[in-house]
Amino acid sequence: MPAFILSRILQAIPVLLVVALLSFAMFAYVGDPVAIMLGQDYTPAQRDALIQDLGLDQPFLAQFAAFLWKAVQGEFGVSYRLSRPVAELILERAPATLELAFAAALLALLVGVPMGVYTGLYRNSWLSRFFLTFSLIGVSLPTFLIGILLILCFAVWLGWLPSFGRGDVVQLGWWSTGLLTIGGLRALILPAVTLGLLQLTLIMRLVRAEMLEVLRTDYIKFARARGLTNRAIHFGHALKNTLVPVITITGLQLGAIIAFAIVTETVFQWPGMGLLFIQSVAAADIPVMSAYLLLIALLFVTINLIVDILYYVVDPRLRIGRGAAAR
Amino acid sequence: MRAFFDSDLWYSFSRSPVTVLSAIVAFVCVAGAAFAPWLAPHNPFDLATLNLMDAFKPPAWEAEGDPAFLLGTDNQGRDVLSAIMFGARISVVVGIAAVLFATVLGVLLGLLAGYLGGTVDAVLMRIADIQLTFPSILVALLIDGVARAVLPRDLHSEVAIYVLIFAIGISNWPQFARTVRGSAMVERSKEYVQAAKVIGVPPFAIMIRHVLPNVMGPVLVIATLNLGFAVLTEATLSFLGVGVPPTQPSLGTLIRVGNDFLFSGEWWITIFPGVALIMLVLSVNLLGDWLRDALNPKLR
Repeated sequence: MPAFILSRILQAIPVLLVVALLSFAMFAYVGDPVAIMLGQDYTPAQRDALIQDLGLDQPFLAQFAAFLWKAVQGEFGVSYRLSRPVAELILERAPATLELAFAAALLALLVGVPMGVYTGLYRNSWLSRFFLTFSLIGVSLPTFLIGILLILCFAVWLGWLPSFGRGDVVQLGWWSTGLLTIGGLRALILPAVTLGLLQLTLIMRLVRAEMLEVLRTDYIKFARARGLTNRAIHFGHALKNTLVPVITITGLQLGAIIAFAIVTETVFQWPGMGLLFIQSVAAADIPVMSAYLLLIALLFVTINLIVDILYYVVDPRLRIGRGAAAR
Repeated sequence: MRAFFDSDLWYSFSRSPVTVLSAIVAFVCVAGAAFAPWLAPHNPFDLATLNLMDAFKPPAWEAEGDPAFLLGTDNQGRDVLSAIMFGARISVVVGIAAVLFATVLGVLLGLLAGYLGGTVDAVLMRIADIQLTFPSILVALLIDGVARAVLPRDLHSEVAIYVLIFAIGISNWPQFARTVRGSAMVERSKEYVQAAKVIGVPPFAIMIRHVLPNVMGPVLVIATLNLGFAVLTEATLSFLGVGVPPTQPSLGTLIRVGNDFLFSGEWWITIFPGVALIMLVLSVNLLGDWLRDALNPKLR
């Protein structure tokens, strides 16, 4: 097990290095940081001093190493647009995005898995057909249109839910949470549904396909022959064996959730990292973009690593296969 | 012509009502977009014909609607239907160009990786792996952001559409490359390639003239499925305000602009472009699904 995890971590390092190199290249060569930081009036002496100060007279590799060293310590420079340290900006916005992504993933799992099991077990009932049609729509609707339609229905026409912002927020240290107040929870509903809908339909379709596959296998027939209850067969035997692909897809979709959070946050003016990023792209604010890129890469690599480890925990065959190979 | 109507492809097409319907819808969307300057009831970009008195007219079937503006008008008195037709034109052009770009790039790199193997293969496929870790919308956003920083502002709005095509194309090439690489590796060991090698055909000519035609089948399917996706990506980027410039609004731009009027009750400005986008993407996707199944011999 430790050897397996270690090899996974070693595989992740080159990916992170390549992304860091890209992010550094953006930082160093796109636009002229010296001109931007000095403003209109400066003397050549001031310019040289700044170049020396920023280490821009150093060779490429030395600059890259310095960049990496600073990044590890959480220093990403200063935003051109807001003139504040990038790390501070991102830290301030991170709780909003993480809460939204978490709520969306939870929604997708808690609704998607039961719907998938139901449509897999009773595949000819009218409710299953309804779920499947619904999932087709969920797949082809772009995220921002889902958001707009939900706003139109629940905020404009019915007036039940707020349509923008996070509502009331409580500060817990540096973490600002909207989960503890009624207003915050109400504000979370529409964005979370918007963001989770696509994932919900994907998970539902996946669980359905896997259930259909598993229910045909011999050990399910054998379990029936042993006289086990339907409940024990469906949930104890069948569902458990559909979990491996579900975990993979959910893990990988978590990355997609973070990416599409950019869209959802724009629709709902949700003050998270995605909104920060899109504003930075529009203003060509390179330090924020390169820091976001690095952060997302780190997040994705970590998620992939966790998914790999979970495989190992869920599927005993992997453990036996490895053990036998080692002997 | 006769041979076409006798083919398996036509048979499976005419037997599937959903496919026929989506082909008709896709045709209407694309034709409406392509012939917008001749078919559209108004020219939304001709400032001389715009009249602010016509602003915010609801669709024709509502009480205050005007039969001249079937789907209503926007804040500047532009006909929404005409704006949709002109917008779909840009969406479709960007979508097709981006898919073409991704196809050419992906097929070439995939062919190189699969046929040459070794270091070329390893390097290209690692790059594809790394890129596939990131959702393509993020890759496209980054490229657009960098282009914005590198190019001066007025030059950028001039070339914005090409940047967009490049960004969407780049974000989609790995799928093509992977598929082509797989098929090329199979083809490489077949006898006709060996024979070509023996008679001294140079490697590049073998790749293009002999291997390429044999790996194009799946590429067609991926390209169709990718078209819907590319149109959606373009719409999403334009909706986020980083796509095409406002002077050439695509469907995504129309939705973004209309979004501002949602709260004052003018829902038609944003909902109708949205419906047009869904119709276009859904019909193209259904066609792609059908093509995938129809060309798959295992499902016959």
